[in-house]
Amino acid sequence: MGSVGAKDVPVLFSPEGLRIDGRRANELRPLKITAGALKQADGSAFVEWGANKVMAAVYGPREVHPRHLQQNTKAIVQCKYNMAAFSVDERKRPGLDRRSQEISKVIAEAFESVVFAEEFPRTSIDVYIEVLQANAGTRCAGLVAASVALADAGIPMADLLPAVAVGKAGGQLILDLKKEEDNYGEADLPMALVPQSGRLVLLQMEGHMTRDELSTALDMGVAGCRQIYEVMKAALRTRYEVAAPAEGAA
Amino acid sequence: MKPGPGTYRVGGKIYASVLGLLSPRPPFVQVIPLSGRYIPKPNDVVIGTVTDVQGTFWLLDIGAPRWAPLHMTGTPWQVEIGETEKFLHVGDSVVVRVENLDATGRIGVTMLGEGLGKLEGGSIERISPARVPRVVGRGGSMIQTLTRRTGAQIAVGQNGRIWIDGDPDAIARVREALRMIEDEGQRPGLTEKVDSYLKSTETSDDTGPIEPARESAHRDAPESPYAGPGEFPSERPDADSTDRDEN
Repeated sequence: MGSVGAKDVPVLFSPEGLRIDGRRANELRPLKITAGALKQADGSAFVEWGANKVMAAVYGPREVHPRHLQQNTKAIVQCKYNMAAFSVDERKRPGLDRRSQEISKVIAEAFESVVFAEEFPRTSIDVYIEVLQANAGTRCAGLVAASVALADAGIPMADLLPAVAVGKAGGQLILDLKKEEDNYGEADLPMALVPQSGRLVLLQMEGHMTRDELSTALDMGVAGCRQIYEVMKAALRTRYEVAAPAEGAA
Repeated sequence: MKPGPGTYRVGGKIYASVLGLLSPRPPFVQVIPLSGRYIPKPNDVVIGTVTDVQGTFWLLDIGAPRWAPLHMTGTPWQVEIGETEKFLHVGDSVVVRVENLDATGRIGVTMLGEGLGKLEGGSIERISPARVPRVVGRGGSMIQTLTRRTGAQIAVGQNGRIWIDGDPDAIARVREALRMIEDEGQRPGLTEKVDSYLKSTETSDDTGPIEPARESAHRDAPESPYAGPGEFPSERPDADSTDRDEN
């Protein structure tokens, strides 16, 4: 990030306990999920989370390409996370980079731990995540979108995977960082939760926190994930809602 | 209760593993998926497209998790080894029956049997396999309505592939009707709605006289064709998703 003069750093946490966009420390950005946003894919979802806009598509289980990746006893989960060139202020150079490869890998591994892959040996479940507009927390937004898309694709799995980041900015632990808080903050801790078991299947950290802060941050993140979980379930319900039979033919 | 299809058990509780409708079948509890790829069952008649030609078999895309090999001995033709490409090419469509499934997910299909074979002409439309019972309708009522109102020839595969042949206008109307069924498959009175749509788009020359009396038997019945689990499509609108514990 280079050195930033103290004057340039915005006030990330005001004395009144408010953040730059007026949120409290443990408040999420507005989250809207549309399940089944694409016709072509087996499952899909569009997530608008704060200023993030992320589309996810799922294909499969289907034949594995390339063949040598095929596993005889279970399905493999392949994930491709990509940021559009126009998703950030300064044009993002298109294509694979170290960051997107890392994110693809951790997301695929998170899903491998919840999907019942043994039901579909020698197949592949392909997850595509496209970030159209980025404002911090896109790996979590991508994971949430992909998880809803997997459910929309009818893939058997233990549970949906809500995800959120907890960070530290202005010396304060805060939930669901936005861009400025991420850029000028002291730490970033994204996580993904299996609500059914309470297990975390993705946990990364950048920056520094004390042990006590880490433990508090994990609690905040889990609580945030549980809120996101409800939004995910509601999105799927809306998609498959059954019209009330009483009204007769519409 | 024991965990049936679409569920799993952890620590004495049963959870849904797929998004679907809850359907208790004592002593089992199961969840009927509302979406997803076609999961083959033995004896299903499906429509497939040739994706690869090998020396002794063809590989078919039937919309299932894996491609299904159709062996040359499973056809009504006299095929010599290495001459498979004389009979079917990549892109050809066929009607086949699922014969056997093994633990590795291999799907064996055959073309021997009544109504099976290569499809010539026509066009193929895809719908969600979960909607196939709606397209057929109770006792075939929906499919009868479609053929009678449009004069098109229709073959429905259990895998959600539907072959339509007839004049271009008839094909277009059947397609539109299929989209209606796909979008509104859960609602009652669907056959009626599709019927009135097809009636409104009818042109004078396309079909013969219509006997509405035959159809009225199906009119008021809710649209749940099979005696199978699909019986309760509208009872638990919110019993969805990978989240509920039902025990």
